[in-house]
Amino acid sequence: MVGCSSDPEVRDDEQAQMEAEAAARAEAERLARERQQAMSDAATVGSAAYAKKIEAMLSDPSSPLSNHVFYFPYDSAEVSSGDREIIGAHAEFLASHPEIMVTVEGHADERGTREYNLALGERRAMAVEMLLKVQGAADKQLQMVSFGEERPVALGNDEQAWSLNRRVELIYSGY
Amino acid sequence: MNLKLPLLTLILLALSWFTPASARLNIEITGGLEGGIPIAIVPFAPPDGAALPEDIAAIVTADLGRTGLFSTMPRDKMTQFPNNGKDIDFTHWRAQAMDNIVVGRILPDARQGAGGYQIEFQLFDSSRRSQLSGFSFQANNNTLRLVAHQISDIIYKQLTGVRGSFNTHISYIMAEDVITDKRLYRLAVADSDGFNEKIVLTSKHPLMSPAWSPNGKQLAYVSFEEGRSMIYLQELATGKRQLIASYPGINSAPRWSPDSKRLAMALSRDGNSEIYTLTLDSKKLERVTNSYAIDTEPDWHPSGKSLLFTSDRGGGPQIYTIGIDANGAAIGQPQRITFEGKYNARGTFSPDGNLIAFIHGRDNSYRVAVQDLQRGTMRILTKSYLDESPSFSANGIMLIYATEHNHRGVLSSVSVDGRASTRLNVTRGDVREPAWSPYLLPESQGN
Repeated sequence: MVGCSSDPEVRDDEQAQMEAEAAARAEAERLARERQQAMSDAATVGSAAYAKKIEAMLSDPSSPLSNHVFYFPYDSAEVSSGDREIIGAHAEFLASHPEIMVTVEGHADERGTREYNLALGERRAMAVEMLLKVQGAADKQLQMVSFGEERPVALGNDEQAWSLNRRVELIYSGY
Repeated sequence: MNLKLPLLTLILLALSWFTPASARLNIEITGGLEGGIPIAIVPFAPPDGAALPEDIAAIVTADLGRTGLFSTMPRDKMTQFPNNGKDIDFTHWRAQAMDNIVVGRILPDARQGAGGYQIEFQLFDSSRRSQLSGFSFQANNNTLRLVAHQISDIIYKQLTGVRGSFNTHISYIMAEDVITDKRLYRLAVADSDGFNEKIVLTSKHPLMSPAWSPNGKQLAYVSFEEGRSMIYLQELATGKRQLIASYPGINSAPRWSPDSKRLAMALSRDGNSEIYTLTLDSKKLERVTNSYAIDTEPDWHPSGKSLLFTSDRGGGPQIYTIGIDANGAAIGQPQRITFEGKYNARGTFSPDGNLIAFIHGRDNSYRVAVQDLQRGTMRILTKSYLDESPSFSANGIMLIYATEHNHRGVLSSVSVDGRASTRLNVTRGDVREPAWSPYLLPESQGN
């Protein structure tokens, strides 16, 4: 609604309202574009181009999705608040791409006994899997496995190596 | 052979000349123990002066030395070399403070054809000048080490009253290049001193937790070949494999019951890691623990009537026991049995059930410890930092375990009284998760 008035106060209010409406329109258009994009995405699921698109989304450095390894303090399965947010982004991604699957891999550092560490790795994987579930991922999209201390990424009998091995990794598939 | 060389060098030279590249080099860390039973094992006379591929007297000396109970005479201190009882100058040996002397000879055995030998030995008490034991064996180049271990078993039984466990095997996991795509894991079996290694399984995926069946003919183990942990049984003679646990979640830590009918294991099929028993013929699964904690690493009491296991239900890992009935089901509630320190895990019962060995964590070090179950007293046996997987010898006098040395995973053995410790060096990769076999042969000929 465009109005004309010679009163400055009234003109400011009208200006603000115009801007608000313009912003609302822009937002509506943006959402409509996204919906259309999602629909056209769905139409091409399974194609090589689709796979490339997903891959790009998962490796875009500016996106939280490119962060798929989460680290833990010693003997703990507690997810940090920063990691919770990132896991939330992964959950939303899974929710909006129901055909995509993720394996949640749990690991532990080398200290202590091997079979206990296998269960500790699972505890970490379970913590991340739970966060994915409550934030939108479906059961059938999720697989969990623990490797305990059997698949380290860093060698070395020191905290530098140990801290890199105490982790959960998200491994995507299904595209 | 230059007999003036120190004994250790002698052993190293003999081994490096004659043993294949994949064999282990066995290095004595402590020898000539104070207060041990003095014994001199004189080099056995070879057939017609030809050197054999194995030095029987050296193998017996190393066997007895590893137990921590003997003070073995170094070869470079010997100045007389009898190989028959009638040639022993007892006064000479008494003067060396050698209460016990072993002599032996290897003769060609025409009845076996070429490459066959007759090996004879005699054990004498040098004070009484009397023979304590004497036997003869048939052997060939492939069975020389076996005969040496049988001789060690006989001498050990004669002098301590306890059955020897030298003629047994160990099983373990080897891993190479684990942080690369070339990673390789192997399950191996070897003699109790690390020689005669045989690879039983090779895999690109992790292997864990080898466990011996009571008759020594099968191994249970965990394999990740299907992408997650599952339990397999393998018959050693044939290589035949059987998948026996692939429930959702973790399938790990298999242990045979003493009557061979069941396996105890840790499964997370019901939501988190719990102890179960699986009866092998009926495939019936009994759940033994029920808690939000991690329950894992079961081991059977030699009576088969209880299990110990690791649980962090008290906040951190500790060892608990629980009774098991004739159906493999739990009796009563778990009882905690370790109380010192914040981390006690991976327990194992001694063959007589009086001790447990386990890993005790303290101040960022993880060490092998034993606890007397009657007295509740604990003793730490090692000074290393990253010990794992202790396993008792069949007679309960020694433990083999995995540890780190110079950033490599290696196996070590330690006597249960802590007096002697030996490291088995490896030629490639990391070695871990040793399991000491039960007796492989029925007790006979005093061993």
